Amino acid sequence: MVAHKQMDHEEAANDRVMFGFWVYLMTDLLMFAVLFAVYAVLKDSTAGGPAGRDLFRLPLALQETLLLLTSSFTCGLGMIAARQGNKRQVLGWFGATFILGLAFLSLELIEFAEIIHEGYTWQTSAFLSAFFSLVGTHGLHITFGLLWMAITLWFVVKRGLTNNMVRKLALLSLFWHFLDIVWIFIFTIVYLGAFV
Amino acid sequence: MKELLLGKLDGQALPHEWFTILGSITFILATIATIILITRLKRWKWLWNEWLTSVDPKKIGIMYFIVGGFMLVRGGIDAIMIWLQQAISVDGSQGYLSADHFQQVFTAHGNIMVFFVAMAFIFGLINYIVPLQIGARDLASPFLNTLGFWLYVGGVVMVNMFFLLGGEYAATGWLAVAPLSGKEFSPGVGVDYWIWSLQISGVGTTLAAINFIMTILKMRAPGMTLWKMPLFTWGSLCSMLMAVTVFPLLTATLFLMFFDRYLGMHFFTTSGGGNPMMYTNLIWMWGHPEVYILMLPAFGAFSEIVSTFSRKSIASYTSNVLGMIGVSVFALSVWLHHFFTMGASANVNAFFGVMTMVIAIPTAVLFFSWIATMYKGRIRYDTPMLWFLGFVAIFTIGGIAGLLLAIPPVDFQLHNSLFLVAHFHSNVIGGVLFGIFAGLAYWFPKISGYRLNERIGRYAFWSWIVGFLMAFVPMYILGLMGATRRLDHYDSSTGWQPFYVMSLMGGIIIMVGVALQLVQIVASFMQKRRLHDSTGDPWNGRTLEWAVTSPPPSYNFTVIPEVSSRDAFWKMKQHGLRRPVYEDIRMPRNTGSGIYISIFAFLVGFGFVWEIIWLVVVSLIAIIGFVIARTFDEDIEYTLTAAEVEKLELAREKKNHAHYAHGRVDAEDMGLREFVVTVIKWVLDVIKNRRWRTW
Repeated sequence: MVAHKQMDHEEAANDRVMFGFWVYLMTDLLMFAVLFAVYAVLKDSTAGGPAGRDLFRLPLALQETLLLLTSSFTCGLGMIAARQGNKRQVLGWFGATFILGLAFLSLELIEFAEIIHEGYTWQTSAFLSAFFSLVGTHGLHITFGLLWMAITLWFVVKRGLTNNMVRKLALLSLFWHFLDIVWIFIFTIVYLGAFV
Repeated sequence: MKELLLGKLDGQALPHEWFTILGSITFILATIATIILITRLKRWKWLWNEWLTSVDPKKIGIMYFIVGGFMLVRGGIDAIMIWLQQAISVDGSQGYLSADHFQQVFTAHGNIMVFFVAMAFIFGLINYIVPLQIGARDLASPFLNTLGFWLYVGGVVMVNMFFLLGGEYAATGWLAVAPLSGKEFSPGVGVDYWIWSLQISGVGTTLAAINFIMTILKMRAPGMTLWKMPLFTWGSLCSMLMAVTVFPLLTATLFLMFFDRYLGMHFFTTSGGGNPMMYTNLIWMWGHPEVYILMLPAFGAFSEIVSTFSRKSIASYTSNVLGMIGVSVFALSVWLHHFFTMGASANVNAFFGVMTMVIAIPTAVLFFSWIATMYKGRIRYDTPMLWFLGFVAIFTIGGIAGLLLAIPPVDFQLHNSLFLVAHFHSNVIGGVLFGIFAGLAYWFPKISGYRLNERIGRYAFWSWIVGFLMAFVPMYILGLMGATRRLDHYDSSTGWQPFYVMSLMGGIIIMVGVALQLVQIVASFMQKRRLHDSTGDPWNGRTLEWAVTSPPPSYNFTVIPEVSSRDAFWKMKQHGLRRPVYEDIRMPRNTGSGIYISIFAFLVGFGFVWEIIWLVVVSLIAIIGFVIARTFDEDIEYTLTAAEVEKLELAREKKNHAHYAHGRVDAEDMGLREFVVTVIKWVLDVIKNRRWRTW
């Protein structure tokens, strides 16, 4: 508390926002927890339709995983650059993150399209409802993350690496790593789990 | 083309039942009257600048109370409609409501009372009091607070939308159990209104809860460690921590329900491998903690009140806090007791039954803490204390009934009976609502600058107690006689009718109590000079909110206090107050973003209800745009210089003194007769002298 008093107004505000964002991430994680639980309950309710092992292609899922993990790495490098105040490197690393994220999203959409092309949708069975909701919610988060990243980078270009922008990048990177962790669980439980 | 533009919305949707037509007309007339009044008084700008766009938690708290108050009356009318139907719909008589209307009424009653009354009042109190108690000037994120409030208002409008526009409300019970709420069995828009009113206000609750956690954990005055925090703040912290834990569950569950209904998914359906009982589990994982989210701040408020009115510091503060933490933790692991009849194994039922009984232990710790505080205290029986004592009596009845229901074999008999209804009304009315009333009476002087009329307050209290017992004791008996809940018709040979009629009369007495509370506020306003409190500390309080004048300035504290003990203000009073040294204060600017975002959030919901896809897309884009604009807006604060603060303080002091000096000293608080006479005299005077011309 004494330390708190010594912090100036802006620093204290940053501290609070950072903390609040962590709390927000926990609430988001709980939403995913519900989706995971629902998936676990419904994964065998295929209603005569295909099961996970009939639909999923592990190599594709592995590619997605590698893309997202790499994007988390570049995102981390971008944050280091941001703390050093190196604007060009920030744009470079976050630009790479953006492209990797986009690639991940494209692969996911390709996977969805393939499943639908085979004639199975989220209406086919409870299992597929749960699959599309869980993986789709993650994909939606990635989409928002990309949108957020694009806008933030645009403001970095416009306003430079102010303290405020560094803080916004820090929140963004937290969000990105969070999505990475959720994906690892999806990869393990949904994709690997289907072949156990 | 029309379908593209308006979705399912057509002339058929417009009100065509007598109660929706009545509702629409009332609503439209009230809106027109309000608009005319505000325009005549030239108050639009004032309303927008001072209230609607305000980020001051005190003003937002008051707005929560105003909207919540309207909803209390609205939900109360629903309650009377239910009682009336049940009292007269026997044998040949079908009552005055069709089965479908009746179902909509009890569904709306439950939703409104829990989401839009109790939650609103609790958030109102937390908004107003918590920053003052912890010595903070505003909240961690003033913007999230206004956004949370306006999302709540969006939910309120959505839940009442079927009145204005027609259509129907859900006829599924307040939690919309699956598969009844699926498209197959509820094809109308009722459940969609339900989904979106809860979704919008639920997201608002999550945001507000995150904000209060940030505020309480990060913005306390120097020296106020967690173990020196006032108990209302502790209760609020526990409640908000629970809210961020379970409201995401509600959001996710509602989305799954939405996917079922709109995208034809199979989560909770009877076909395609869906699992309806999973819905029941998920919704109660949120639903049971929800009642404790409401209860914990009320517990905290009672602790403050008992301590102040016994003129002692709270007995065993640490156990009190641990009691509240215990309640919050256990509350997360009892949800299955809502459906022991699901068919889970005996061991599962036993676990949840035992957990349910265990929760009585931390609750009892709280009660002992309060009783020990009163022991050898010099107790003042003002209305806040009366509400507390009423709570002890009624909450205990409800709690013991709850312990009975926690035993699975007993629950098999009483499941879905009126015994259960009586049980949770005892706890929610006796606990949450009485806690809110006690808190309101206790903190009203802080909010308005004058205290509430004690005499009429007592009448209101006794009407509530008598009315409550008369309404709900027959329900316990009815439940034991086998009456199930939500019956719209029964046979006279059951012998239930006398009890139902008695219950209705109790309900009417409760309504008298509500009316008396409104009279109490008006009467207090009429006598506000006499009831004026110039000290800011009318009850000889112990916590920091009493250290500032009533009502507090927008920045709460001219100087942030240093805290060295519990009962911080009590210690300060003993050591003498220091003259403040003024300093510059950073304050958040008002913002309309919260309103704009909520309007579009409402439109997203509305678009989904009537399947107007362009509206959904446009509104989502608008929301994203506003969020971006707000996030990257860096001019969100302004500075009040020390000189300005000093000027403001002097002006307030002067005004306070003027009030005091010119105060007409009445004999005492006016009674009912004097109130009626004064009102009649005033009305006659207005008519005789045509005073409305000068308005």
